[in-house]
Parts: sequence; structure tokens; C-alpha cells
Amino acid sequence: MSESPDVKVAPWTGPQRPYDILKEGTIALVVVAILTIGLAIVFSSPDDPQVTVQQWSTKAPIDFAQTALSELNGTSGTAQYGAPYNTASPGQKLGPFTLAKWLGATIPVNTVRDFVIDPLTDQPPTPTLSAALAQWKGAGAGQRTAWLDAYTKASSKMTFANGTVSVPTTAAGPVPVMINSLEQMARSGALDQALVTQSGFYTSNYTLPLLFLADGSYLGDLAQQRHLLGSQWGMMNETGSYPGQAWLWLYTFWYQIPPFSTSTNADVEVSAVMALLSVLLLLVPFIPGLRSIPRWTRVYRLIWRDHYRSQSA
Amino acid sequence: MSSTEIDRQWTTRLRHRLTRRLPPEKVLPDTQPAYVASWIYVFGVTTLSALGVVILSGFILALKGPQWWHVSGVGHFVNSLHLWSVEIFFFAMVIHLWSKYFMAAWRGGRSLTWVTGVVTFLVSIATAFTGYVSQTNFDSQWISTQAKDGINSTGVGSFFNVLNFGQMLMWHIVLLPLVAVLLTALHVVMVRAKGVVPPFEDKPSEEKLLREKEEAR
Repeated sequence: MSESPDVKVAPWTGPQRPYDILKEGTIALVVVAILTIGLAIVFSSPDDPQVTVQQWSTKAPIDFAQTALSELNGTSGTAQYGAPYNTASPGQKLGPFTLAKWLGATIPVNTVRDFVIDPLTDQPPTPTLSAALAQWKGAGAGQRTAWLDAYTKASSKMTFANGTVSVPTTAAGPVPVMINSLEQMARSGALDQALVTQSGFYTSNYTLPLLFLADGSYLGDLAQQRHLLGSQWGMMNETGSYPGQAWLWLYTFWYQIPPFSTSTNADVEVSAVMALLSVLLLLVPFIPGLRSIPRWTRVYRLIWRDHYRSQSA
Repeated sequence: MSSTEIDRQWTTRLRHRLTRRLPPEKVLPDTQPAYVASWIYVFGVTTLSALGVVILSGFILALKGPQWWHVSGVGHFVNSLHLWSVEIFFFAMVIHLWSKYFMAAWRGGRSLTWVTGVVTFLVSIATAFTGYVSQTNFDSQWISTQAKDGINSTGVGSFFNVLNFGQMLMWHIVLLPLVAVLLTALHVVMVRAKGVVPPFEDKPSEEKLLREKEEAR
């Protein structure tokens, strides 16, 4: 064993004092229970209702339709995400390493199929929708791209009136019917169900509806109103004036300062910094210098002031 | 059967080892060193007590299922108990951790006690996080969709999908609490086995040395 005073300490042979560990534990438990009950009565806990796709498409129909279009033409956040959802992007890099890409698309999401075509196909068929889907499925990739380009170009003039999404173009093939049908499906609440039940009757996996919601602006706008954006110290907060996950302050802190605040690889870089700091904290007893700080700072004199006072008496 | 044969049994050897390392007076002590006399020592037992309330309130929430607290006033109150006991737990744990740092509490062969404490802290953060994404409300939607990018960027998202409510709930109520409680138990056993770290042996002050010299004369 090292002879360093930061490692070694002689066993205590000095005086003892009475100590009732069970009484201490019982008192602590009672005090903490009373404190918890008091805080729960006074402050309660936040429970803002979940956002549904139905709510989104009803309150922000244009945002929903634009997001549906981005899933179809491959410009949405999910469509361009990379691993673990697809291979559209190499993902974030930590130096030369693309950690997510190495593990691959283990949770495959095809935004065209999963967010648009499959839900529409599961709808009770109408002649218009069936014809539009048949036209889409029968077309080649070039034709689909041409339709989507035409619709995308005109989408800045998208309007929503009388429950219908309209875009001023005649060159978009079946796309206007598909977008409008998805809008109707969403507003009826059927899309919420369709997105979670694609893998069967019983499910507890909300990956698809959450990705779809996150691709739109509506969820983020609500979060901004509640001061929950990344630039507002993000996910360590929760709705209302509650402390949230305050223990994540250091993790969230890095996102607020350069170079992380401007880096396109901020997520993986911050994760690496936190992993390194966690390892350092774990190994403090074995790291010369770090383990000496307590002795140098002499904060322990405050903690054991009675002991040192009695020694110098 | 010879006594040698009995002494060589696994059970006997384990019992001997346990009673040697953890005699009853260490497990349930009725005295402790005189230097253990600061309010800062309260935060260890406060952390343990808060963990008890967290687990108890979590049990009640588990009995009724994940949607109960959204539709019942009693359920919402139990959720509030769960939330605030978690806040107290982390508050006490962080103060406990830093106080142990400034005591250099790893000295005297207590390094593993420190290591188990830090791992418990990290596992607790993961446990709380999976709770936040399992709330089935706006908070869980927003936190999970934001957190996915950090977790996915490291590759961990390939097998730890924060958007999968069922998976997160299982991690929150089974896997991580099991690990956290086992680590906490191990940590407490280590503290009891090794005892509370003694103070640094400061060199006596010149004033004290002079006084001792004078007394010796």
C-alpha cells in the first residue's frame, strides 16, 4: 500500500461515543417521509397532458402536412437521421469514429412506408385513396421524385380550409390525395393508433409516433413555451417550476458553451466528456493529484473541527 | 464426519469469512469513533431513507399501473411523493458524495467503498432518467425525443431505445432499481466492515508542541 496520506490512514484507537444506528435510521426515515409528504402536498407534481398526432394535426394542420411531406420526400429529421433508424447519414463523429454507424440501423424506420403508405393502406379504402395509392405503388422512383418535387415546390403556398389541405399544382400525381388523406386520418385520431399498432394488437413501443411528432414544429413550439429547449437547459427541466433532473446540470451545461454549442457533433462530444468525467470521479482514489485536493484544501478541518479542537486542547 | 471436513465446506468457510469481516458489533454498532460528530454525516442516512420512500411510493405506483396517476387524485399524490423523494434522494446523495470527497473517504483500504458509491450515483441517474421518460405525458414525450440524440450518437441507442415506453418502464421498475439497491447494500456493508474513515493526521501546531514541552518540564 502507498505511504501517501491520501491513501493510508492508521486505524482509530481513540475514544468512542455511544451510537444507536437503528434509532438514527428510524428518525431519518420518519423525517424524510414527513418532508416528502409536505413537499408533495405543497408543490404536487407536473403532469401536462401528452400531445397526440390528432391534436397536432388539428391545432397546426399546415405543420402536420408539411411534416408528412418531409417524410415522403426524405427531408425530415428522421429520414436523414442515420443509425439506429436508417443509413441516410453517417451520424455524429467523435474524431474519426462514427460510433452509431458501427452498430447499424438496428431500429429500422422507413419514413415513406412507416409514416405515410402503411397507415394509409390500413385505412378503410375509398376509391380516391385506393387509386392514389395504386398510382404511387405502381410508379418508378423517378416518377415519384418528379411528383414530390412538384408538390414540394408549390408547398410554400399550402393552405388549409374546410378540413382540406390544398397546394396549387397539378403535376404532383397522387401526392395531394395522399397528404390530404393522411391529414384527415390524423385529425380523426386514426393515425395515432395506426402508428403504434403496426407491430400488432399489444404494443408498448412509441418510437414511430414520437419520431413523427419530433419531426414537426408543433412539439418543439410547445416545449419552447415551457422553456424546455436545449438552449433553455433542455431535458434537465420539466414543465412548470419544478427542479426536474437538476443532477444533469453538468451534462446540459456543456451544450450551452463553445465549442459544443456550435458543433454538429455536440451530442457525441458531450457524451464523451461526461463519460471521461465519470471515469475520473470513479477513479479518484487512484489518481495522484485529484486524490490530494481534499488534503490541500483542508475542508476536512471544518468537518472534523471538534476532533481537531479536542486534539489541540 | 471430522471437524476438518466440516471446516472445508464452502458454507462453513463463507460463514467464517463473513463473521470475521462483519462481526455483529460492526453490523449493528452501539458505539462509534468520537470524530464522527458533524451534521455532514446525516446525508448518508438521509440518502438511504429517501431511497426507502422512493421504493415504497414506486411500489404503490407499480400496483396500479403506469396510467393510474393521470386519472386519480390519490395516484397523482403518490406520484408527487415519488418525485419529491427522488429530489431529496439526489440532493442528499450529492452532498454525501462531496463530503466524502473532502474527507478523502477512500483512505485506509476504502477505495472500493468509494467506487461502489460513485457507481450507485451513476446508476441512480439512469434510473431517474428512465422514470422521466416513462411518465406517459408531455414531459416524457419531450425528454425522450431530445435525449434520443445524445444516446443514439454514442451507439447505445441501438439497444437502449428511449422512445420505447415498454423497454424504458422495465429498465425503470426492474433492472436499474435492482442494480441500484444491490449496489447500495454492498456500499453500506463496506462502510460497516471498514468503519468511517478517520481524520487526517495533522501535524501538531507549534503552539501545541511548545505547550507540551512546557508541560514536560
